[in-house]
Amino acid sequence: MQIIDRRLNQKNKSTVNRQRFIRRYRSQIKKSIADRISQRGVTDIDKSEGISIPSKDISEPTFRHGNGGKKQHIYPGNKEFTAGDKIQRPPPQAGGKGRRASDKGEGNDEFSFQISSEEYMNILFEDLELPNLKKNKLKKLVNYKTIRSGFNTDGVPSNIDIVRSLKGSMARRIAIQLPLKKKLKKVQAELALIDEKIEPLPYSKLTEEISALKKRIKRIPYIDTFDLRYKNFTKLPQPTTNAVMFCLMDVSGSMDQQTKEMAKRFYILLYLFLKRSYKDVEVVFIRHHTQAKEVDENEFFYSQETGGTIVSSALKLMQEIIQDRYNPTDWNIYAAQASDGDNWNDDSDYCHKLLNESILSQVRYYTYVEITDREPQNLWHQYQSLVNSHDNFAMQKIETQNDIYPVFRDFFRKQSIATQWSPRSA
Amino acid sequence: MGAKAKNIKKQLISDGPEWSHDLIGKYYKIIAEIADDFGLDTYPNQLEIISAEQMLDAYASVGMPIGYNHWSFGKHFISNEQSYRRGRMGLAYEIVINSSPCIAYLMEENNMMMQALVIAHACFGHNSFFKGNYLFKTWTDAEAIIDYLIFAKNYINECEQLYGIDEVESILDSCHALMNHGVDRYKRPYPISMREEKQRQKDREEYLQSQVNELWNTIPNKSNPDKDESEPRFPSEPQENILYFVEKNAPVMPPWQREIVRIVRKIGQYFYPQRQTQVMNEGWATFWHYTILNELYDRGYTSDGFMIEFLQSHTNVVTQPDFDSPYFNGINPYALGFNMMTDIRRICENPTAEDKHWFPEIADTPWQETLTFAMKNFKDESFIAQYLSPKLIRDFKFFSIKDDEKEKELEVTAIHNDSGYQKIRRKLSEQYNLSMTEPNIEIYKVDLKGDRSLTLHHKKTNNINLADTTNEVVKHLHKLWGFPVKLMSIDEQGEKTEIAICPDHQSDKK
Repeated sequence: MQIIDRRLNQKNKSTVNRQRFIRRYRSQIKKSIADRISQRGVTDIDKSEGISIPSKDISEPTFRHGNGGKKQHIYPGNKEFTAGDKIQRPPPQAGGKGRRASDKGEGNDEFSFQISSEEYMNILFEDLELPNLKKNKLKKLVNYKTIRSGFNTDGVPSNIDIVRSLKGSMARRIAIQLPLKKKLKKVQAELALIDEKIEPLPYSKLTEEISALKKRIKRIPYIDTFDLRYKNFTKLPQPTTNAVMFCLMDVSGSMDQQTKEMAKRFYILLYLFLKRSYKDVEVVFIRHHTQAKEVDENEFFYSQETGGTIVSSALKLMQEIIQDRYNPTDWNIYAAQASDGDNWNDDSDYCHKLLNESILSQVRYYTYVEITDREPQNLWHQYQSLVNSHDNFAMQKIETQNDIYPVFRDFFRKQSIATQWSPRSA
Repeated sequence: MGAKAKNIKKQLISDGPEWSHDLIGKYYKIIAEIADDFGLDTYPNQLEIISAEQMLDAYASVGMPIGYNHWSFGKHFISNEQSYRRGRMGLAYEIVINSSPCIAYLMEENNMMMQALVIAHACFGHNSFFKGNYLFKTWTDAEAIIDYLIFAKNYINECEQLYGIDEVESILDSCHALMNHGVDRYKRPYPISMREEKQRQKDREEYLQSQVNELWNTIPNKSNPDKDESEPRFPSEPQENILYFVEKNAPVMPPWQREIVRIVRKIGQYFYPQRQTQVMNEGWATFWHYTILNELYDRGYTSDGFMIEFLQSHTNVVTQPDFDSPYFNGINPYALGFNMMTDIRRICENPTAEDKHWFPEIADTPWQETLTFAMKNFKDESFIAQYLSPKLIRDFKFFSIKDDEKEKELEVTAIHNDSGYQKIRRKLSEQYNLSMTEPNIEIYKVDLKGDRSLTLHHKKTNNINLADTTNEVVKHLHKLWGFPVKLMSIDEQGEKTEIAICPDHQSDKK
């Protein structure tokens, strides 16, 4: 008999198989993820995601008996039956009778499981990349991180590295003492050979020499400034990893709740996506009708306003907020605007001007989604002229819920595989 | 050696729930002594201590210590993990592998009492069953299985590199669908070691391909639907081992795919005895852990607390909920097996008049011999037919239900009384008969001269249809065979109906 302790062996023997499973059902998992996006809050992402896929898709078929026919079965625990009794057929799947579920997880219609938030993101944003992912130029250094960088002979006392210093002291002492000690040994040996009474003169000379040597040895300092070593730190400039995302939405009377829900999905995707690249992502919600206002998430999505639409009001507010709080040299700024395309006629020109002249030069990427099934209106046309002159501006039209994810992917598709992806049909 | 049984002086091996390697060693030594006194014949043992996560891993690969990679194992893993995390499922205390040395997994979360129980249950109960039972002797080779699994894993790995994961995966899918039909019930397979297996695999590749070509060497004629029956049929006898038939005869299958079919078939064969001896195997192991731990106590090695804790978990294991209980999930093999084993011992030692009437050949015989004989020479079906006593039928309050589609109501056909014993025993035995619980499907004919299509026959019993997964399985078989596959159903009157065909002519899809 032998006992083998396997606890320290690798744990994740099944990881490969798990990955195989996820790989095989990627498309179903993707679908499940896409279906669930609307149920998440914009910033509520640190959860792992529950996935369910139809269990008929993952069943493993075998030849087996189906229902029907004539069957006999033995059951334990008879209470009141006697031979010949007739019993009402119980409804299928009820109580002890009824067939057993064929396999774990397959008895239900859905096979549900969790994937980690990392896996979730990977699947959601497969093949996507952030456009213009330049770190902000370090003209004004925003952050320093102090890092260790070896040792120095100079510094403040609090940075003394005791072990290193004592090592140095010991080495120095050994090195300086060694010749003196050798000499001392030699002299002591000589002294042992002569008798004080016979040769008093050489004797006293030797003793003097010995005491002088001993004094010298003693004078060697235990620790010297020369021994001291200081921990050295240097400051490393850190590129900023802060990002801010501006959500701009039209809440005028023409935007109904459903349209807002669609916009919300789009914002969620953008937020999740930014979160993957930046450590901290702040979100600024700006809603507007004829006037713009900065609001919290709840108000942004769910409060109802009426009135006309002046898009430039939101753009102006955004510009002000950037000036106040989010210096473009410190922050990576992203903006997403959703609207149904309505705008005050004269205003669209002004929007174009605002974007063209100031906003677009300050933001990493500006996306505009128009949620409507009508013909594009003047805002769309004005914006369209921006697409060619600015490569950090993108616009798309969304008609139904199902367009959102494809459109999002379209915005952020990796350049190299730009042709592969085609929108999932509904 | 055995301790002096006369004056039971307490000489506790341990006290308290903590286990250590040292204590496991001590318990093992004494349990081994007791098992030896009872005459249990076992393979050498190897205990492996694992964590809960590793137990989940072991679950997922259906108890194979080394398994090739496949998504379905991942699926099982995910679903087990889910239910474990949500607290819906406890983990088994042990897994034991039919190999030599016999590998038993002990979970680190178990306390000392559980470890001792697992040692008695797995290392001596299951182990001696693996070594003694005729099915295991015939179908599995404990010495070779680990080697074979390593060979299989490496081979499939290699194939994945050569032909791509997707390609290999789809072949495995198809094989898994037919895994239960990869056993030759009447021929004894011969075991070989890994080195031989590797050498043979190369030879086989070439040889098989040439054989197959021989079979198909005539260019197919234009198909003539009305064949003359005088022409010899191929295969001349219906074949129940579908995977074997495919491996040997599929017309255009590349050699590596044949090898994969073979691997799945071999592994299916390895599990074949386990599927047929669940009640006996668990019953035997449970009987022995019960007997051994009681003996441990009688010899003064364990404390009262230890025993109370043991009896509590033992009772949990052998509980049989009634059919109308919310916990009912079929007949608990541990309960049935343990009670039958205990009952046989009772009949040997203290037979009643009824027992003498029913079991004249075992009443008043030495129980150890009788029990060992039963363990060695039966499978669940025959074991129940042979040994289920009226007393047990009464204890379990078994009754038999007839469920006929054609009738509105269910009928109780027999209960635990004089007129019912025989019937219940027969029916219960049938319930464990694989050839009754699995549909009877055979390869009937290959159209050698025509379109190379393969025809299978399903022999209906009791008018039970095949489940709706059948079409999928036929598709898988078509993928392996490469030419049309047809499944005919033959009812008890001999009437044939076509129930599945692939490729389907109406909806022409791949």
